[in-house]
Parts: sequence; C-alpha cells; structure tokens
Amino acid sequence: MASDAPQEGVCSIVPCSHCQLPVPPGLLVAGSELQFCCHGCETVYAAIQGAGLERYYQLRQAGGGPVVVTRASGRNYAELGDPSFAALYVRELPAGLAQVELFLEGVHCSACVWIVERLSQVVPGVVHARLDLHRASAEVVWDPKVVSLAEIARTLDRFGYPPHPYRGAERRRLRLQEERTLLIRMGAAWAVSGNVMILSVSLWAGWFADMDADTTQLFRWASMFITLPSILWAARPFFSGAWTALRGRALHMDLPIAIGLSAGFLGGAINVVRGQGEVYFDSVASLIFLLLVGRWVQQRQRREASDAAELLFSLAPAQAHLVGADGQVRDVALERLTAGDIVEVRSGETVPADGEVVEGQSAIDASVLTGESRPVEVGPGDLVHAGTLNVAGMLRQRVERTGELTRVGKLMQAVEEASRRRAPIVALADAIVGRFVAVVLALAAVTAVVWWLLDPSLALDHTVALLIVTCPCALGLATPLAVHAAVGRAARLGIFVKGGDVVERLSKPSRVWFDKTGTLTQGRTELLRAELADEYRPLLLAVERHSSHPLARAVVQAWPDLAELDAVDVQQTVGGGVRGVVQGRTVRVGSLAWVGTEQGGDTYRDLAGTWASDGITPVLVAVDGAVVGALGFGDPLRPDAAAAIAELRRLGCEVGILSGDHPSVVAAVGRQLGILPGDCRGAATPEDKLAAVQACKDRGGVVMVGDGVNDAAALAAATVGISVHGGAEASLQACDAFVTRPGLGAVVELLLGARRTVAVIKRNILFSLVYNLVGTALAMTGLLHPLVAAILMPLSSLTVVSSSFRSRTFALPAEPTKPRSR
Amino acid sequence: MSVLYVVIPIALLMSAGAVATFLWAVRRGQFDDLSTPGMRMLHDDDPQPPKRDETNEPAEKQ
Repeated sequence: MASDAPQEGVCSIVPCSHCQLPVPPGLLVAGSELQFCCHGCETVYAAIQGAGLERYYQLRQAGGGPVVVTRASGRNYAELGDPSFAALYVRELPAGLAQVELFLEGVHCSACVWIVERLSQVVPGVVHARLDLHRASAEVVWDPKVVSLAEIARTLDRFGYPPHPYRGAERRRLRLQEERTLLIRMGAAWAVSGNVMILSVSLWAGWFADMDADTTQLFRWASMFITLPSILWAARPFFSGAWTALRGRALHMDLPIAIGLSAGFLGGAINVVRGQGEVYFDSVASLIFLLLVGRWVQQRQRREASDAAELLFSLAPAQAHLVGADGQVRDVALERLTAGDIVEVRSGETVPADGEVVEGQSAIDASVLTGESRPVEVGPGDLVHAGTLNVAGMLRQRVERTGELTRVGKLMQAVEEASRRRAPIVALADAIVGRFVAVVLALAAVTAVVWWLLDPSLALDHTVALLIVTCPCALGLATPLAVHAAVGRAARLGIFVKGGDVVERLSKPSRVWFDKTGTLTQGRTELLRAELADEYRPLLLAVERHSSHPLARAVVQAWPDLAELDAVDVQQTVGGGVRGVVQGRTVRVGSLAWVGTEQGGDTYRDLAGTWASDGITPVLVAVDGAVVGALGFGDPLRPDAAAAIAELRRLGCEVGILSGDHPSVVAAVGRQLGILPGDCRGAATPEDKLAAVQACKDRGGVVMVGDGVNDAAALAAATVGISVHGGAEASLQACDAFVTRPGLGAVVELLLGARRTVAVIKRNILFSLVYNLVGTALAMTGLLHPLVAAILMPLSSLTVVSSSFRSRTFALPAEPTKPRSR
Repeated sequence: MSVLYVVIPIALLMSAGAVATFLWAVRRGQFDDLSTPGMRMLHDDDPQPPKRDETNEPAEKQ
C-alpha cells in the first residue's frame, strides 16, 4: 500500500496535482506533468478526469480559500446492496425509483457542490443528486434497475467523498415538516400584519383628518376580518402552549402572550361592534408575526444542532465483514449480525459486537469503554467488546452479543436513564414570567376599577390597552434571539450546542470534570522519551518495522527520517517484545522482564523504573546481549490542555479528572496540569464517574467533558455534558454540546461564550421590562393611544433584535478574504 | 369613497395570492436549504456538458 498521508518536512515543493500538498521525494515521477502525494489523490484525480469533470479544478481555484483535501477511501460498499440495508435507509419512489440520503465526508466548497450534482451525468441510472453543503448531505435518486447503490457510492468515493448512509432521515423529515408548518404560519402572519397595518395607517390619518364615520367603520371591520386568520390559525402555538401551561399548573411565556393577544383582539372586536372606542388589530397582528419569527428562529437552530449531531453518528461503522460458511468475506449491515457469526475485524477498525477472538493476534484499544490508554494484547479465547478499536493485526471474532445486549448497549441504557432523571431547568425568562403575569393582572384590575369609578365608558379601553401593551413580545424574543445569535457564532467555531437552555445552564459551573484519555490527552500512544544512542536507532527501527504492536508503530512514526535497514530473522513474543538481526547484530526490544535478562545498562533500568512511576510505559533495548537504551511511551497531553485548565481556574471553576486509567497515570497527568491530587480520580468505572458527577450536583452546576462511551452516563447526568473532538457516538448522543475541532480551547470558549450570552439575555430582558413599564404607565393614566402602542411595541422588539445580534458572545476568527475574479 | 368597497377586497385577494405562492414555495422545500443554492447558481453555465468518456474509464483501483 502506498503511503496514505503526505509526509511533512520534505524539502521539495512540487505540489500534488490533486490536493496541492507537497509531494514526498520518494513518490516523484520524473518527467511527468502530474505528481501525486498519495495513491488516494491519484485515484480521485483519475476519476474526476475520466468522468470529464476537470472543470472542478477551475471552480475550486475560483472559489479561493484554502484547498481542503478530498481523498478516496477505496472501500467497495458491498453492504449497501444488502436488502437489510435498503429496508433501513432507502425510500422507494413511484416509477421504480429509489431515494437515499448520504452523508458525504470531505465536501466543503462550491466546486464540491458542482461535482456531486454532476453525478447524474457521470453514472447512468442516477436521476438526480442534490447536495446540501451546510449539512454535507446529498439526496440521491436513482433507478435500481440500471445501477446499484454500491456503484454510486464507489463513484462518490472515487471523487474523494466517502459516503455514509444517514440514519436519521425519517426523524429529519418530521422535523422539517414541523419547521415548514411554522414557516407558513409566519408567512401568513406577516401578510396579515402588513395588510392590517395599511388599514391602520389610514385610520390614524383619518383620525387627524376627520374621516367620515362610515369609512372608519369599514376600515375597522376590514381590519378585524383580516386579523381573524392570524389569531385563529397562525397564533395557535401560543394558545395551545398557554393551555398546556395552565393544565400543568406551570408558568410559561405563552400564558401572558395568550392573555395579551386575546384581550387585544376581543377588546377590539367589542369596540368594532359597538362602533366606538379604540381598536388594536395592528398591534395584535404584528405581535403574532414577531413572536412567530422568534419561534421559527429557535426551532431552526435546534434542528441544525441535532442534524449536525446525527450526521456525525452516521460516521460510525454501519457494516461488518461477515465470514461466510464457504470462507468468503462479505460486508453486511451491522443489524444483520447474529450470535454465532464469525466476523473479521481489520486493523484500525472498530469491533462490531461482543465476542471471543477465534483467530489472530492483535492489540485492542478499549479506552472508549474503560478509559485505559494502553492497548491490551488479545489472542484466541480473549473476549473483545463492541466499540473498542483494533489497533494492530487482523482478528476473527465469534459474535456473542450484538446491539443493545453488548456492554456498550448496556452503558447506553444507563445514559438514557441518567438523561431522563435530569430535572429540566427553569429558563431565565420563564422564571420572571410568574411574577410578570401576577403583576400585569393586578395592574389590569386596578386600572379597570379606578377608571370604572372615574369614567365607566373608558374602563374597558384602558384595561385592554394595558393588557396589549404588556404582552411580552420583547421578553419572548429576548432569550431565543440571543441564544440563536450565540449558537450560530459558536457553530462557525466548531462548537455545536444542542438546544438553547444549554447556554443558560453553562453560565454558572462550579465544578468541571475532565475525562483523561482522549480528552486531556490525545488518546494515542506516542514515543515520549528515548534514551538511546543515535547509532542504535536505525537498528531498532529496522526491527520495529516488522511489528504491528502499537508501541512499535509509535517508534516508526516518531523517526520517519532515519535510514532504512533490513532486519532478518524477526521473532515476536506476545507480552514480551521483538528480536531480530540487523547488519549482523542481534537487537532485542521489549518489556523490562523480557529484555532485563540481558547484561548491563543499570542507568537505563533505573530510568525505566522512574518512568513507570510517572505513568510512562518503559521499554528496554538490548544490542548483542547488552542493554543499551530505554524508551518511554505514553499518551501525550493535548498541547492546549494546561492553558485551558489554567483559564478555567481563573474563571472560578474547580477542575478535576475522572478517568478509568490507572491511578498512577492519572496522578501524573494531574501533576503536569496543576490539578490537586485529591481531584484526580483514577480507575473509575462508568458508574463511578456517574456517581462522582451526581455527588457534586448538590453543590451547584457540574460540567463533564469527555469523549468515550465510559463517559456517556456522566455526560448525560451532568448539568452540561461536553463531548470533545473525536468523541464516540455514545458520548455525542449523551452530551449537550460537542466540539468538532481538536483541543480543549473550544471548551473554554464555550464557557466564556455562554457567560456572555447570558449577560445579553439579561440585558434583553431588562430592555423589554423597561418598555413594558413605560407602556403600563401610559395605559394606566389613559394616555396610550393605539398609535403609541403600535410604535412602542416594534421598537422594543427591534432593540432586542439588535442587542442580540450585535453582541460578541463568541469571538469569530477573521474571515478569509476571498480573491474575486472580476 | 365607495370605490374602497371594491379596492379593499381586490387588495386582499392579491395578498391571498401572495400567501398561496409562499405556501407553494415552502411545500416545495424552497426554504429548507438557504446556503447551497447561492453557490449552485454560479455553476449553471457549463461550457459543454460533461460527457462520459467510454474509452478513458477511470482506473478501477480498489
């Protein structure tokens, strides 16, 4: 296999014809126009040229911005042809056509849109392909009689967009339907408010210019009829919300809204019939419209967050390599596996089910389940669990338990349990609503009584005026708009927040727990220390190249530039190490016990002992019977971990580590990050993590930051669970917010951004209450003309809108300036 | 002013038409994706429609 990734640090600057990264000198083809950095790029280039789509490269250039690499994965996608797959993902259309939604890796620019949508011209049988770039999902309609889905998937893969079937398509359709209904309500309410406004302006103009009574009545009747569809149909969400709140004896923003709307409409209707008094149809209509805008914004933002999360889920492997009775290996959907099946698990793949290894030797990275960062050696007879990662050789496994019965499945049940038991928080605005309603109703009663005593004919008008002017439009918009603006900015920084209440909950954490493996650390084994003379390094490397052990791979990765020597007679001892002969010298490398039988090298032995107590895995190297060096391996900290933790401390959070890894490793990481030893808990099972999070919840908000299945229950139980870059499916499902770029800086940004957002929400609420206060005072003194109400209300909403969108809750990176062609 | 009795219903009919058009557009999914169509319109003028070149089939490297 050719090298899969372009190597860094090469001096040549020949750019790859496809991805424009430098081509490694070893892969340069003399005298050729076309140069490729890897096999993947070459495949994509050939596919694009062969399909006559070379215009892609022009479009990509014209688009400006950085070139993001797209590469083929070379999979054959046979599982997509399976009937069980079709039942799950494919929708049948009339005329024998079929439709599927695919999540495409690697789409990023307008040239990608162009190439994906040319699919129907490249693959006969594809009727149409539509790409939604924002969600990176393509809707493909094809004729199954002409072409198979697997062939379509292979073509997309060759273009460098490995497709993944999208599992949440049905749920998404329902959500989309809801959103469309709301959008129609909003549009209808807009039309109504516009038309009523025209009539109202005439009425006000007539009030100044003495319009005759007949015309005035005509306009009032017309306004009332135009408002009818808005109040009866468009505003239904508010009335049903208020009704639910009343029945549940809970207070909700919808309640004062419903009171204001119905008072405004009924009061106006009575005055129209009476032929005297004021009407407020214009205010009612625009209230409904503005409030629906707020609702729509809120719903759309919630949908985008859950879409993003669900698309990430579809990246999880949905197929397994089933070994048939005839020894043939074929790819099947994960759901097809049953107990007793034999499956093949290749190097770098995720184990599909719980079961015993029947063939092969390998190492399993179970950190996602246990938090243990060191890979575990497995061979025939050992039990491996679904969701863990095979990091070394190929394994064959007999399936024992699948789906919900696996250990991961059981953990997920704990996750659901934890999220069900979590009490919903009361949003800031809703907390005010209770008192707000009481005050408004009391003031309305006072107004009615006082004006009844002063002038009974004005009592109704002034009470209605009060109720409509206090209808909490700005208050209702205050939270959704501020959160929408903040969440939108956060998403552009790679921070996705599921639901608006998360922002409010995030603003006051008292304790932040971090998972260690994969969260504070990078989650992979690297060579951290090397006490070995330079002359021995090529010898060691030659031996290690023959081993698939994770530690050996770490050595090969750490020294890419060393001279390549050949090793012969290489033997691997499971649980011990590797020996081999290079240039006539015998090299042994392995554990202390295995290599320790050789002579000398006391300093290296001592060193190895010290490293072991610091949480670094030591390995000794012996050449020709003498110990000549020691290597130390470990899971390195993320580069920004220390800075992020210091920043969190500065913000007044207590920081701690909850890890399933060995306590000595956890303590060592804690020391490096300056976390108190009492706050570093090692050897924690998922249940321990859950208990630790719940114990802290009595004392205030708890934020859990993690990435693995073993963190999922704790993530779900915490006040806010944050899943970091590369998190497992389970943790993505359990968390409230997730980060799609590496590093912990985003977690700090999220906490800071949430604080600023809550400050904006508070400011918005203050603004709207001040407006309401002014309106109330005017209404109670009888000075509130409908014209004043009509100006005051949108003005208050506008203030809230501009305050929400102008505030810098999340600092955005500078936009790349795009060079424009002409 | 009796012309108002005719003009107002006509105006309302026109608004109803606009609402109906909006309804049609939403149901057709015109508002589902607000970002990609902006890029799509830049691609429409292909110099020549890409053809599948039968002789130069992409190398099937699996």
